[in-house]
Amino acid sequence: MDRFRMIFQYFQSNSESVMNGICGLLALASVKMYTCFDFSCPCLPRYNMAYGLGIIFVPPVALFLCGLILNRQSLLMLEEWRRPQGRRKKDLAVIRYLCSSIMQRAMVAPVVWIIVTLLDGKCLICALSDSVDPEKFVGFANTSPVQVQQLLAKVPCKDDELMRNNTSRKAVSRYLRCWSQALGWSILLILIVAAFLARWLRPCFNQAALLQARHWSNYIDIEQKIFEETCCEHSRLFAHKCILHFFESMQEEIKLRSFSLPREGEEAEREEDLLQGITDQDQVNKLLKTWYYEKPAL
Amino acid sequence: MDRFRMIFQFLQSNQESFMNGICGIMALASAQMYSAFDFNCPCLPRYNLAYGLGILLVPPLILFLLGFVLNNNVSMLAEEWRRPQGQRGKDPAVLRYMFCSMAQRAMIAPVVWVSVTLLDGKCITCAFCTSVPVETLGNASHPGLSQEEMKLVLARIPCKEIYDGQELIANEVAIRYLRCISQALGWCFVLLMTTLAFLVRSLRPCFTQAAFLKSRYWSHYIDIERKLFDETCAEHARSFAKVCIQQFFEGMSTDLAATRCHLPSKAPADVGEAAEKLLGITDRGTMNTALKSWHRCKPPLHLHPPALPTGNGWAGEGQPPAQPPVPRREMVAYYSRV
Repeated sequence: MDRFRMIFQYFQSNSESVMNGICGLLALASVKMYTCFDFSCPCLPRYNMAYGLGIIFVPPVALFLCGLILNRQSLLMLEEWRRPQGRRKKDLAVIRYLCSSIMQRAMVAPVVWIIVTLLDGKCLICALSDSVDPEKFVGFANTSPVQVQQLLAKVPCKDDELMRNNTSRKAVSRYLRCWSQALGWSILLILIVAAFLARWLRPCFNQAALLQARHWSNYIDIEQKIFEETCCEHSRLFAHKCILHFFESMQEEIKLRSFSLPREGEEAEREEDLLQGITDQDQVNKLLKTWYYEKPAL
Repeated sequence: MDRFRMIFQFLQSNQESFMNGICGIMALASAQMYSAFDFNCPCLPRYNLAYGLGILLVPPLILFLLGFVLNNNVSMLAEEWRRPQGQRGKDPAVLRYMFCSMAQRAMIAPVVWVSVTLLDGKCITCAFCTSVPVETLGNASHPGLSQEEMKLVLARIPCKEIYDGQELIANEVAIRYLRCISQALGWCFVLLMTTLAFLVRSLRPCFTQAAFLKSRYWSHYIDIERKLFDETCAEHARSFAKVCIQQFFEGMSTDLAATRCHLPSKAPADVGEAAEKLLGITDRGTMNTALKSWHRCKPPLHLHPPALPTGNGWAGEGQPPAQPPVPRREMVAYYSRV
């Protein structure tokens, strides 16, 4: 009984800590992916916006889906949602609880990506460089609109021949980076405040229902695991019996062909004999030679 | 028994986590292989496309096949597919389940390779540098270049040291353009793959959960049965060898010893157990027959406690009524004739 209790507690804690671990790993992976990713803005008028916004928004969607895929609870929730009612009623509160917990965990990695992207600034500079008002910057104020678009589009590319020593480029770049970082920090602050409030104010609202939902969602998880475990055990026993029956059936067949079993009694008596019969070097050598040259028949 | 059960559960869970581990290692290996690979664009008009697309598509195929090779369950699948039906019917749903789960695991390393390749950009830059839109990006009215010559110049875009078309189109501009397209393709590919994986995983509980549980159980069963059979055979071989050797020694000692007084015998339980474990098979011919019969005619999956198995517990058809044991044994004897 004690062992079962320990196993239950292990499963209980393990599931949540495993999911938190996966969530953390995915967040770290998203930071690593961003640093490994070689960002290269195309520096062409319409492509910049598409590229920049694409890099800000497409990887988070992929990371969100990854977070959903890697989370075991999402399968649990879907199964619970789609199962036929049968003799067990469905509790929507449990499904809602599971859904919200899955979403919260899956949102961490995309949010990390977006914040890192904004704090770094390259994406927003690339996306918005040709939407900047050229009048604010000395170097771009007195050029024709078409040319201004071209020049502004090249701002993210420091090594471009037109932009290499352009001080206005640096001004635009700094301006956009400042906006990008301000946006990044604001989003981070808002999210942290929201998380803080959610965690502190939750006990004020409907704590009993929450405890119930959490209990039953853990229950579903554990029940699923134990079912899988029981199936494994069952299939093992099934296989064992099946194989034994097979060998027995072979045995029956052999009996039909008048086979003789080995004599048990004599061997038992002779065992001590064997050990004591061979007691010196020459005898052992002879035995070994005979074993090699004249193996017994099968 | 308890200990065996725990070991089996460990093996069972371990096999899956083992396969997931191999899958992850192959994904990391493919990323590492790409970074270690020294990409060298040939910078010649038709060779570029062949080289670029080759590097994009051939290693993923190799990694996919390698994923199958490294998967222990491939031989199990092949065995189950090719075995003669015998008394046990074959369930195509189980075969499909086994194949799908293996294919899903084997797909991960190729997908990682293709994503890393596209996000890096060198392959697409090499493959499509002759298709850069010179009119929009460069100076299309540059004098005197025929199509062929222009292609020759454009083909050298990835090789910065020998590029001589700076007036036609700036090297950095072309490379940035191609790399942007490549990365956009890469992220779209990643998004597509994750969406597919998500759909496959989430649509399954909505539609085919019962069939899935069945297929999963029986594929685990086949795996466990195979392992148990190997284990039983090993045990049998051990007892066989033990008794064989005992008889050999017996034979030897009767040769060597002239007269011996009878010593107190050892506990007969050991020897009796070993002979019992032989399960009545004590010569090569019958052992070979047993092994052949196991492959040709597997027993059905319906167990009666006192008697031998009957009928087919798999394909969902109605169980045939239990027949009296005697006539069945005769059937076994007849068709097992090798």
